[in-house]
Amino acid sequence: MAEVLVYVDHVDGAVRKPTLELLTLARRVGEPVAVALGAGAEATAATLAEHGAVKVLTADAPEFADYLVVPKVDALQAAYEAVSPVAVLVPSSAEAKEIAARLAVRIKSGIITDAVDIEAGDEGPVATQSVFAASYTTKSRISQGTPVITVKPNSAAVEAAPAAGAVEALSVSFSEKATGTKVVSRTPRESTGRPELTEAAIVVSGGRGVNGAENFSIIENLADSLGAAVGASRAAVDAGWYPHSNQVGQTGKSVSPQLYIASGISGAIQHRAGMQTSKTIVAINKDAEAPIFDLVDYGVVGDLFEVVPALTEEVKARKG
Amino acid sequence: MSLRIVVCVKYVPDATGDRHFADDLTVDRDDVDGLLSELDEYAVEQALQIADEADDAEITVLTVGPEDAKDALRKALSMGADKAVHVEDDDLHGTDVMGTSLVLAKAIEKTGYDLVITGMASTDGTMGVLPAILAERLGVPQVTLLSEVSVEDGVVKGRRDGDAASEQLEASLPAVVSVTDQSGEARYPSFKGIMAAKKKPVESLDLGDLDIEAEEVGLEGAWTKVESATERPARTAGTIVKDEGEGGKQLAEYLAGQKFI
Repeated sequence: MAEVLVYVDHVDGAVRKPTLELLTLARRVGEPVAVALGAGAEATAATLAEHGAVKVLTADAPEFADYLVVPKVDALQAAYEAVSPVAVLVPSSAEAKEIAARLAVRIKSGIITDAVDIEAGDEGPVATQSVFAASYTTKSRISQGTPVITVKPNSAAVEAAPAAGAVEALSVSFSEKATGTKVVSRTPRESTGRPELTEAAIVVSGGRGVNGAENFSIIENLADSLGAAVGASRAAVDAGWYPHSNQVGQTGKSVSPQLYIASGISGAIQHRAGMQTSKTIVAINKDAEAPIFDLVDYGVVGDLFEVVPALTEEVKARKG
Repeated sequence: MSLRIVVCVKYVPDATGDRHFADDLTVDRDDVDGLLSELDEYAVEQALQIADEADDAEITVLTVGPEDAKDALRKALSMGADKAVHVEDDDLHGTDVMGTSLVLAKAIEKTGYDLVITGMASTDGTMGVLPAILAERLGVPQVTLLSEVSVEDGVVKGRRDGDAASEQLEASLPAVVSVTDQSGEARYPSFKGIMAAKKKPVESLDLGDLDIEAEEVGLEGAWTKVESATERPARTAGTIVKDEGEGGKQLAEYLAGQKFI
């Protein structure tokens, strides 16, 4: 069976969930061969094997951490040349998208970004995308070269599919351009203990109606009762009430959780672009005319300062 | 020696409008008003600030697009850019990111540059990969997704806020930079700026000027093919309740029924 290259997003050997989802989609197209780079690369193998990787190609070198993007492009290209895959699948993180795009130029292939589904097709994989603020769904394929496709988090279920996952060292020689952009320092983001926004099954977001940074604790309390990530609308972020890393919308993160709870968010197109593909949408807003109510499966017209704490208490009580 | 900055901008259908696909599955540009992509305003702003700090700098705004795309160039010129280059050719209709990046790279090389600045993504295609592709094509360092940027002594420095970490980056010029919407509010054109923009030069180039064959671009030359575009069905109307003191409880009831609790 044909092989599919899967780029692994991991933190010191801990594989991030979107990569496991990618393996589910990769198995529809061929046998997944994973590529893991940097510190902890070999430690990814066991998890990847459990989810269908027949092989795990690994490489580690100081260049991966010390220089931006290009060393990883060199490595992914080396893997591409070693494997001759029928497709290259990459998680839609900011960095991985850039790696995928540069690889596509080098191997003279078309690229599709931010797919939400992949199916096998007669003329190669067909990718589904959600476009124009999720008002359209498109199906596309690559008509030149080996398909390079990046896939958004929460696009497929993680499935157990044990495979060999044999570790093989990947030999990489860096191009002279590899050291062009130096990473002078790196400050890890402080952990909030909550799930990653784009990967979370439930997201609780606050907007203009939260009316102040100090009030965001009521959004956080609801999120914590549900084991959810916290999001914020652009209005709340621009007002300085919550960090930009939590912004949901066109210029922030795009999320597609099982459940999205919007509190005090009117639902401007800017925001809808980032959450409209959520499976179930719930809103709390005191304005019955707010456009967010056009999207909801369940809406409460009311004061979020009354409704949200009451909901939090009720969730806690039910969970015991 | 003057610092030559090229800012790549895109003319896009207004994201707040009702955007559609045309019959050939390209973006319908007739139904919705076009404008300078909001995210590119941040690129123009950072170019202006870098030029202010430099002893001597010249900012060229560059776009690839139909006749109307001149509006985007005029906006950037009225913000303060010095001159504009417009690549326009009927054969460009339907060009994908690979073709667009090829045209931009050739036009940038023809213009001459020390620093290329772009926004983080367009508001229509929203891929966000064009800056990386440009750096690959031009063979210069990529310093992308910056929320802070400065240039000094031929070195560009900036802060890239990623999902897992915040990174300080550094590269020698020439380089390709992209900036996010966190890089700083873009200025509004002044009346004086708008008047001055009318007199600023806009150079028009076609594919022949850039030694690009028609087969390399356009819908036929694209390396990706959109096979179908379907309007998302409106969500079925949900249940809306008015909070009469029991709203939180009712919502919890609903969530429990959906097995979220």
